[in-house]
Amino acid sequence: MIYLDHAATTPMRPGVWDAMRPFADDVFGNSSGVHDVSRRAKNALEEARERVADTIAARPSEIVFTSGGTESDNLAIKGASLNRRSRRGVVTVATEHEAVLETTDFLRRIGAPTRLVGVGRDGLVDAPALFDAVDGDTAVVSVMYLNNETGVIQDIPALSAAVRDRHGEVLFHADAVQAFSSEEIDVARLGVDLLSITGHKFGGPKGTGVLYVREGTPLEPLLHGGGQELGRRSGTHDVAGAVGLAHAMEAAVTDRSRFRSQVGQIRDDFEKRVMVGIPDLQVNTPELNRSAHHLNVRIPGVRNETLLMRLDRAGIAASAGSTCQSGASEVSHVLEAMGLSPGEARESVRFSFGWNSTADEAIEAANVVVSLVEELR
Amino acid sequence: MKVLVAMSGGVDSSVAAALMREEGHDVIGVTLKLWSGPNGEAPTAGCCTVSDAEDARRVAAQLDIPYYVLDYTEEFRDGVVDRFVRDYGSGRTPNPCIECNRTVKFDRLLGSLAEFDSEFLVTGHHARNANVGGKWRLLRGQDRAKDQSYVLSMLTQGELSRVVLPVGELTKADVRTIAADMGLRTAAKPESMDICFVGQRDYRGFLREAAPEVFEPGRVTGTDGVELGRHDGIAGFTIGQRRGLGVALGEPRFVVRIDAGSSTVVLGRRDELAVAGARVSQLTWSVGHPVSGRVMAQYRAHGEPVEATIHGDRLLFTDRQEAVAPGQTVAFYDDDMVLGGALVADTFV
Repeated sequence: MIYLDHAATTPMRPGVWDAMRPFADDVFGNSSGVHDVSRRAKNALEEARERVADTIAARPSEIVFTSGGTESDNLAIKGASLNRRSRRGVVTVATEHEAVLETTDFLRRIGAPTRLVGVGRDGLVDAPALFDAVDGDTAVVSVMYLNNETGVIQDIPALSAAVRDRHGEVLFHADAVQAFSSEEIDVARLGVDLLSITGHKFGGPKGTGVLYVREGTPLEPLLHGGGQELGRRSGTHDVAGAVGLAHAMEAAVTDRSRFRSQVGQIRDDFEKRVMVGIPDLQVNTPELNRSAHHLNVRIPGVRNETLLMRLDRAGIAASAGSTCQSGASEVSHVLEAMGLSPGEARESVRFSFGWNSTADEAIEAANVVVSLVEELR
Repeated sequence: MKVLVAMSGGVDSSVAAALMREEGHDVIGVTLKLWSGPNGEAPTAGCCTVSDAEDARRVAAQLDIPYYVLDYTEEFRDGVVDRFVRDYGSGRTPNPCIECNRTVKFDRLLGSLAEFDSEFLVTGHHARNANVGGKWRLLRGQDRAKDQSYVLSMLTQGELSRVVLPVGELTKADVRTIAADMGLRTAAKPESMDICFVGQRDYRGFLREAAPEVFEPGRVTGTDGVELGRHDGIAGFTIGQRRGLGVALGEPRFVVRIDAGSSTVVLGRRDELAVAGARVSQLTWSVGHPVSGRVMAQYRAHGEPVEATIHGDRLLFTDRQEAVAPGQTVAFYDDDMVLGGALVADTFV
């Protein structure tokens, strides 16, 4: 199999599983306990927290372990909105992940003022519209750092600074779920109050994630209970998960410059090949402000559902970027927001590359894509 | 051979897929996503619920065949649901399941076979498709009580040549036994009877919600034209309907005619329900050539065929028939063999 769906999830990096195993086995203790096996678990958890904090230039107390990106997004946005009596509004962008859009819509249904800001053909948020949308009712602004379907990178430092200049009390959340493999994450430089990360997008275990919460940021918890995570997220800790996550984050940071150049080169070569082989192919991923590892293309006249199925039969895993629970591909709201028609969106496919992608398999996959498209036309 | 199996999540299509796999064919399973509610939720009744797709997926996994969900919601909305609304709005009695089979399942999937690198379409319908002397013959299923040849009666020779119906030779009991022997999770699954987008409520409830504009008040009259009452829309009535007419009369009355032009529902006695014949439209001869003369005509999915003669688009019943409604499908048979199918355009007494 040639796996070109790393934006959906990517295999665990070497050593992660081994690092986790003791905490699913001998060191099984509940990290809140008063005995040895629990203390050892607690130590491992707090050490993991420190290591995680280091990778994003945060303090350990600013790290909340979660079950992944969806929970982190929910906690950031609901937590910021529900914490206040007034000023509960949310401002976000049309191309966000469903975890942000649906959370925002939930808050709208229970009475919070919410606003959705559009993007240009290049996928970049309409910054003046974003700033205009923020007002005295806004609790939090949420912008995705690196788009999961197209790989568009938003200028988070500039956006967060401008929002703060206008409304000092407004919190800024960045969904950085897709960004960690390739982008340097320094929470101070990004200027964010809240930042969501999930483990399985860069070689960590599924079901693990982090919400960075800048010190002093008021946040209503979603899960009430035993008061773990300084009351911000109750529930017995997944120590093995936290350890695996920390291990993978360190590995990803160490590997980042190689990832950017090498995986970026593999993606670029793949892109060139499919562009040459399919002359009318349109690249939805813009030329500027793009990630190293995403490529979203439209192949006129070929329905993505069909191409993906044929690719699967040929042993190549790719995606339409947006799938519903049933597995049927849906019209991408991201591409629609960028100005594509529903028909054009249905002809769009995402290829995404990861830490273990190789040049040879990308070349082979590109050749298969080109010949399948010829056959389908 | 390379086959695409339309898997609804029911026992029949599960066994169809299993039999093709057992025979060593290259099998792909697909489920069609056809309908979702206003908030994108999947239906909970009918043939295409979330749990049905899940059952199909699990059966495909058990058979170790690739499986995909295809999104045909647009085709279904345009070709089936909109038409259902239009038909009721114009006083006709549509059969959306037949329309779905024809315009979505067969038309679209057969048209897409090459795209999916498949040669044949396999379904779990209870009907037989046999090649006799170079011609395709669509026959009633072995299990007469479960026969579904009626819903396939508008398939052409060209379509039949690319359709495989593996469970047509089996009784429903056989199908369940095979499924149980193979340990398929759908072995004991009950059959769905509801229209997927209508659900367990009355179809009128769906229409009122989805298309309130088709409800235009009008007159209820007798066959003599005398007004007996008012109604709030012809879409709420079908030919032969006896209950919920909104008028109280001394003896049983039935809807015998619906005049969309004047928005009038005409009531009559039972003997006024009977028609001598019908003019048909969209006539398709499955046998590949037009047929003229004596045929057996079946105008309800589970009705008995009745003797009739057809000449062109004019169908004349040997004995007058009750409750033949415009919009219904009529299938023509010679004994067990399907000759063709059509829609009832209008009826005459």
